[in-house]
Amino acid sequence: MSIKISNAPYNERVQEGVKNDFMRKAVASAQGRFRSGRQKQADELGNWEDWRTLGEEIRTHTLRNIDYYLEILSENVSKRGGNVFFAKTAEEANEYIQHIIKKKNAKKVVKSKSMVTEEIGLNDALAEVGAEVVESDLGEWILQLDEDLPSHIVTPALHKNKEQVRETFAVKKGYEQSDKPEELASFARQQLRQEFLAADVGITGCNFAVAESGAVTFVTNEGNARMVTTIPDTQISVMGMERIVPTWEELDILVSLLTRAAVGQKLTSYITSITGTRLEGESDGPEEYHLVIVDNGRSKILGTEFQSALHCIRCAACINVCPVYRHVGGHAYGSIYPGPIGAVITPLLDGYEDHKELPYASSLCGACTEVCPVKIPLHEQLIRHRQIIVERENKGNKMEKLAMKGFAKWASSPAAYKLSAAAARPALQPWSKNEMIKSGPGPLKGWTINRDFPAPAKQTFRSWYKNRQKGREV
Amino acid sequence: MKVSLFITCMCDIITSNVGKDTVELLERLGCEVDFPDAQTCCGQPAFTSGYLEESKKAMKQMMRAFKDSEFVVGPSGSCVGMLREYPKIFAGDPEWEKEANNLAAKSYEITQFLVDVLGVTDIGSTFKGKVTYHPSCHMTRILGIRDAPYTLLKHVQGVDLIELPIKEDCCGFGGTFAVKNSVISGEMVKEKSLHVSETGAEYLVGGDMACLLNIGGRMTREGKNVKIAHITEILNHHQ
Repeated sequence: MSIKISNAPYNERVQEGVKNDFMRKAVASAQGRFRSGRQKQADELGNWEDWRTLGEEIRTHTLRNIDYYLEILSENVSKRGGNVFFAKTAEEANEYIQHIIKKKNAKKVVKSKSMVTEEIGLNDALAEVGAEVVESDLGEWILQLDEDLPSHIVTPALHKNKEQVRETFAVKKGYEQSDKPEELASFARQQLRQEFLAADVGITGCNFAVAESGAVTFVTNEGNARMVTTIPDTQISVMGMERIVPTWEELDILVSLLTRAAVGQKLTSYITSITGTRLEGESDGPEEYHLVIVDNGRSKILGTEFQSALHCIRCAACINVCPVYRHVGGHAYGSIYPGPIGAVITPLLDGYEDHKELPYASSLCGACTEVCPVKIPLHEQLIRHRQIIVERENKGNKMEKLAMKGFAKWASSPAAYKLSAAAARPALQPWSKNEMIKSGPGPLKGWTINRDFPAPAKQTFRSWYKNRQKGREV
Repeated sequence: MKVSLFITCMCDIITSNVGKDTVELLERLGCEVDFPDAQTCCGQPAFTSGYLEESKKAMKQMMRAFKDSEFVVGPSGSCVGMLREYPKIFAGDPEWEKEANNLAAKSYEITQFLVDVLGVTDIGSTFKGKVTYHPSCHMTRILGIRDAPYTLLKHVQGVDLIELPIKEDCCGFGGTFAVKNSVISGEMVKEKSLHVSETGAEYLVGGDMACLLNIGGRMTREGKNVKIAHITEILNHHQ
């Protein structure tokens, strides 16, 4: 897998999502919990808008000076005995990691949850060199057993319920107990414990890398990143190049925003860091450490009007409030990054060709922009994508293009506007019955599939106003 | 106070009663209302579809039409929200930047104008019925109007105002989204219609006719007997 997760056409994916009643119920209920949790935390903090502004400032500053901070990070990781590899593409990142796996003759790899490794398709690359990969985040592990894909960037198995999880455990792992969450979790814990102990290499993603110390930091609720980083002697972290903070002070603020915005927690259960290798005289740390810093299309976003999309701290608050995501679910986006942020960054990272529908998969309600803890103007960036699709990529609908040319003439000429305003009612007369249109022509067709449209008023406002003024003058 | 009415193309052509209520309401509160005849559409349908150049032609027409107005007041959070976005769109344009700033600074959505500019919270109107209010997205998130419509509605005698569940969720209109992504839009409006039913309200009230036509159109399709009313209709009602 890579960023693109489906070859099915957009409309088919949407239909598939809409038809999945169970998934939609699960999403609606999760959204309800995440939304109220986030709101509660924001209210309790009191000055949430100031926090957002601070978050935005930190991300803006860091991205503006990203070359500087990446260099410092790289120096500090090296000083602490780690190896740093800058991968321009997904292939380069995968080849580097494959090389380490081969060199170590590693048979088993445990991973903690990481979106960037999904993005570059690392698990397939590891399988190619004969390594067994075990995902250790509970949601990711369930999906791995079920050969399914994440549908959410924080809670990847959001679309599954406990009955489905029980079934997966039973079929794939011989589980015999009930679908009580405690029993399911306890079983997963026992199974994963064996995997941690048997693994040759641990692979982690990265929530934030701290430039000043070279610490790569992970935020989890299950403690799985701590297990992954503690047991195997060889460690590899993979980070998107933008996931960096200058110092621990900024880390503190961004983690505070992240856990609150993501799931409505004041603090996560575990914050774990790896700072290079175990140096002489130290009691812990891996023997070998590699940090793979992945570009994969990010640097070409720098300096463009989309730069703020790189501010994203992957909290999924935008996904949790999105009414479109609510009804179609994550897989419908056809990208490993779903929801509003997915619709913004997927075309940037992977091109418009395969993802040109995504910027339109939004009613532009602005709920995403309103909650983003680092103030990415998501819905405005979706509009900007639409402009690029129409103007630069020339991938707009031909009929729409004609209609919009007509619109421009109509709306810039009061005379033309007035004529057509008065003509609207008679023009729609053939489709109107009892002042209502049940099945309309042209663009109204899409509307009337699901709802009625009223016949235009008997008298336009401006004609009423004109008559009223005349009446007054007499 | 001199006020120019920005009718919005939808309320001009499809639901002209909204304009009549708006004019009467403003006049009742002592405003002198005029209607600049050269106004057309705010440009939003083209702008949000990605047709920037086409949308700018509409926007320039609006700037010409309201050039001499003191206040511009419209019965739509979304369309007024579009006017307020003009400064961003024309930033750096030597010919139009100033005009864009000028129009944005004097434009108000009707409930915002009543509460924030005129300082009125009680219009002295009466309307008997169970009412629920849908806070449209652009009114809330682009214009930042959260309390004004509720404040005004609560002061209407006889109104039984019931809170709409998950009221902040979009109804699924979204301009061309309703047509282009009609499947998703359809699911969104079905859920909104369900929430309206849960309130038991007889009237669904809002500040944006496009959203109300969307939800109302869904409700008539489902055979529901809930009427839609623009907030000016309630505020301009006496009995």
